[in-house]
Amino acid sequence: MQKRVMAVDDSKTMREMVVFALTEAGFLVESAEDGQKALSVLNTIQVDLVITDLNMPVMDGISLIRNLRADPKHRAVPILMLTTESDAEKKAEGRAAGATGWLVKPFNPEKLVELANRVCV
Amino acid sequence: MDAIDTVSANAVAKGGPDMLVRGALQFITFTIGAEEFGVDIMVVREIKGWTDTTTIPNAPAHVRGVVNLRGVIVPIFDLRARFGMGMTEPTRMHVVIIVSVEERTIGMLVDTVSDIISVAPAAIRPVPEMGLSIESNLLEGLATLDDRMVTLVSLDGLFGTPRDLIIPEDAAAPEVLQPT
Amino acid sequence: MASTDQFKNTYFEECGELIEALYAHLGDFAEGRSDSDTMHAVFRAVHSIKGGGGAFGFERLVQYAHAFETLLDILRSQGLAPSAETTALFVVSTDILADLVDAARGDRDLPAGFEDETAALLEKTAALFDRRGRNLPEPKEAGEPIAQERDYDIVFMPHPDLFKRANEPLLILRELKRLGEARIEADLGSLPDLSEIEPEQAYVGWHIALRTSVPLAVIDEIFDFVRDECELSIVDRSPPIAAHEETVAQLPAATIAVGSEGAKSEASPSRSIRVDVEKVDRVVNLVGELVINQAMLTQLSGSLPPDLCPGLVNGLETLSQHLRELQESVMAMRAQPVKSVFSRMPRLVRELAGQLGKEARLVVTGEATEIDKTVIEQLADPLTHLLRNALDHGIETPEEREAAGKSRQGTIHLSAGHRSGRIVIEISDDGRGINRAKVLAKAEARGLIAPCASLSDEEIDGLIFLPGFSTAENVSSISGRGVGMDVVKRNMQALGGRITVDSQFGAGSRFILSLPLTLAVLDGMVVAVGAETYIVPLTQIRESLRPVEGDIHPVIGQGDLLAIRGEYVPLLYLHRHFGVADAVTDPCRGTVVIVESEGEGRIGLAVDELLGQQQVVVKSLETNYGPVEGISGATILGNGRVALILDIGGLRKAAAPGRPAPAVLAGAGAPTSLQ
Repeated sequence: MQKRVMAVDDSKTMREMVVFALTEAGFLVESAEDGQKALSVLNTIQVDLVITDLNMPVMDGISLIRNLRADPKHRAVPILMLTTESDAEKKAEGRAAGATGWLVKPFNPEKLVELANRVCV
Repeated sequence: MDAIDTVSANAVAKGGPDMLVRGALQFITFTIGAEEFGVDIMVVREIKGWTDTTTIPNAPAHVRGVVNLRGVIVPIFDLRARFGMGMTEPTRMHVVIIVSVEERTIGMLVDTVSDIISVAPAAIRPVPEMGLSIESNLLEGLATLDDRMVTLVSLDGLFGTPRDLIIPEDAAAPEVLQPT
Repeated sequence: MASTDQFKNTYFEECGELIEALYAHLGDFAEGRSDSDTMHAVFRAVHSIKGGGGAFGFERLVQYAHAFETLLDILRSQGLAPSAETTALFVVSTDILADLVDAARGDRDLPAGFEDETAALLEKTAALFDRRGRNLPEPKEAGEPIAQERDYDIVFMPHPDLFKRANEPLLILRELKRLGEARIEADLGSLPDLSEIEPEQAYVGWHIALRTSVPLAVIDEIFDFVRDECELSIVDRSPPIAAHEETVAQLPAATIAVGSEGAKSEASPSRSIRVDVEKVDRVVNLVGELVINQAMLTQLSGSLPPDLCPGLVNGLETLSQHLRELQESVMAMRAQPVKSVFSRMPRLVRELAGQLGKEARLVVTGEATEIDKTVIEQLADPLTHLLRNALDHGIETPEEREAAGKSRQGTIHLSAGHRSGRIVIEISDDGRGINRAKVLAKAEARGLIAPCASLSDEEIDGLIFLPGFSTAENVSSISGRGVGMDVVKRNMQALGGRITVDSQFGAGSRFILSLPLTLAVLDGMVVAVGAETYIVPLTQIRESLRPVEGDIHPVIGQGDLLAIRGEYVPLLYLHRHFGVADAVTDPCRGTVVIVESEGEGRIGLAVDELLGQQQVVVKSLETNYGPVEGISGATILGNGRVALILDIGGLRKAAAPGRPAPAVLAGAGAPTSLQ
């Protein structure tokens, strides 16, 4: 059965690239431009993986992760953060909030697919 | 709206390319009076019959006016007049060749369309500087086939935009917008 | 990574929006309008530009954006807003960022060191603010270049809370298996009694004997996500190379409170959708064709006996109303605020003023005025040139201004607005104005006017628009091309618009650009002149009448004037002006249409008769032919024939006294000059 992914990033370019790479690899991808919108969608559907940027308006990545982990429905969903190289603190915060893993931007589409497969049952 | 008349479609169809030579250029030939001319087939968009034009005020004599070509306004130029061979008195039997020049679509009024010919580049002779009644910059070259001579027209020369009128700074003339 | 190229367009589009937003936010800081979110928004914008830039390999852009982003991050994490100087630094930094984006978009290189000064300034400022020390990037592991197979003993003992982050050991083991030959044994040593098992805790560990040719770093990488939630050891058991032990790596422990960025209510949620311009254009064209169809139907129904089908006429009337509304809605779709093209101008003025050693400020009004999108894009070049002209030739140096009793700083006004059915854009400056004596002299020297010709002030001012008058300007670093006033005029005409100038020597100049409001459809009055039909834009018609002989007063050197209620209106005989044969020559046997164009004074057009009102679709005459004096475009009537649309402003100038009738244009396939 096709695995479902929620990709969250305020940059349209990033969203498009993630959606494209994962769709090519056989995933079914939803996308949202901030954590708040992502949560609304996730309230109605179940996904097998969430990939999220950390810097977004309205609700940023860290808050999204926290919200997801606090919700029994999403507690066990793997979450990958999109981080930048110099973002060690953010990454640690994300991890502390419960992120499963991370992918450094700019990312290689193949790497994205590899990591998605690594964390997604 | 007048239907599009492909008057010489038959002529074109039965003519066919003379001979397919490697690297040959193809031209559609047309007549003005007794003379035969050719235009690069790659720029020809369509061939239609003459329809009445709407006059453009104060335009040169060879500009017959504009027509509506499926919603686009296209100017029609009388090639006979442009070549200084007099004005055409167009009838429904006359032909308008619609061509693309740079980014414009324009129409050329001619007498008839005759043929599609294939000419090897080597067989095209350059236009002589003088001796022809038509200005040399309007022509691409002369092609000889069997017993005919076809004068190839230059669309750029006929309808291209002349170089911009930018006059280099004249050192003698003062820059007028500066204060005294 | 060829697949990412397809996203470049999206990226550059996004960059454009982000940079515009950046300037807006920085403007907010400058005016004290910012709030706690502004700094974050600024950071995110630069962050996104950097992120995308990295994906496409725009090294310089990324490096520079990184310096910019770092400072922004430091400030925002400390809850600081930028001071006036810092905001100014940010503005300049955004200028440079925009240039780098442009260079990337155009695939060219900016001169070496272009961004260095600003980048250094950003870094220095960052160092000043950064009290916590810089974040070091994580050290990368160098892979061991072993090609042959080696045996590894891997011990993977998850901590109880491994599942908290939704990590799944099964997936890790699966990945290990893919690297080579693996023998996996579970270690159940920590497994408690069934009754004591917490389902969300991890108890099982694994010993894996892996034979693989991949380097140790690759094996190690698989455990990246679970590193601090397990005991891990990977030991190379193959002789003779020394065994390499890897132990649990530590992440930096610091977690800094960045401030709650909880859900914020958006001021106004975005209620727009992105649509391809081509789709909108297609709809616009279709609506245009509908209008032509409807006109044709109306005309056909007009020739039916009135009682034959009364419902038909009503139906067509309703259709016409609906089409009008549809057309307005559709045109509104394509209309965008001029802001997008105006927003680049302050920077332009800043830089040019600096380069020219002038002090000037730009005051912009009416940015919300909406114009058709395609027109907006074409405005950039003319506006740029006019501003450049204002700064170069208009505004004086600070010293000259002081000497003239003016303020040191010159002011340039850029405004946009709607006026009598057209868009009017004005650029005015309080500089030196046009020196008419010099303009005359130059025009004579260039052979553009006859010596000793007598011209009105307005006509002298108009000379600057003649081709051949402007000299090839220095190639501008902004537009990258030489531009002259005549090109500006041609640009405007191609858009169906007009440019005029109004100047007072010593006080300043005002350039007025006027554009049609909607490109596609207008309400017109069809008039007959001989065998020709022309369209007069309805919005410019004041009245129409059949004059009596006594009202017409010929004036030497000024043509005929028509007296109307105490006023005198110049008459323009269209049959003469356009060279139409077989027309009504006596205005008292025909009709005079009084027209006016945006406050420029009225004229009377002498025609044969009025044929009726009609909504017409404006088609370009310029695209395939060229500009024609007195004509602003063409349309297709219900009978399929082309009718020309009159350019009232242009005709009004022609009716001005002293102006000779337009000369017949010689030669060429398209008119290139109106001389």
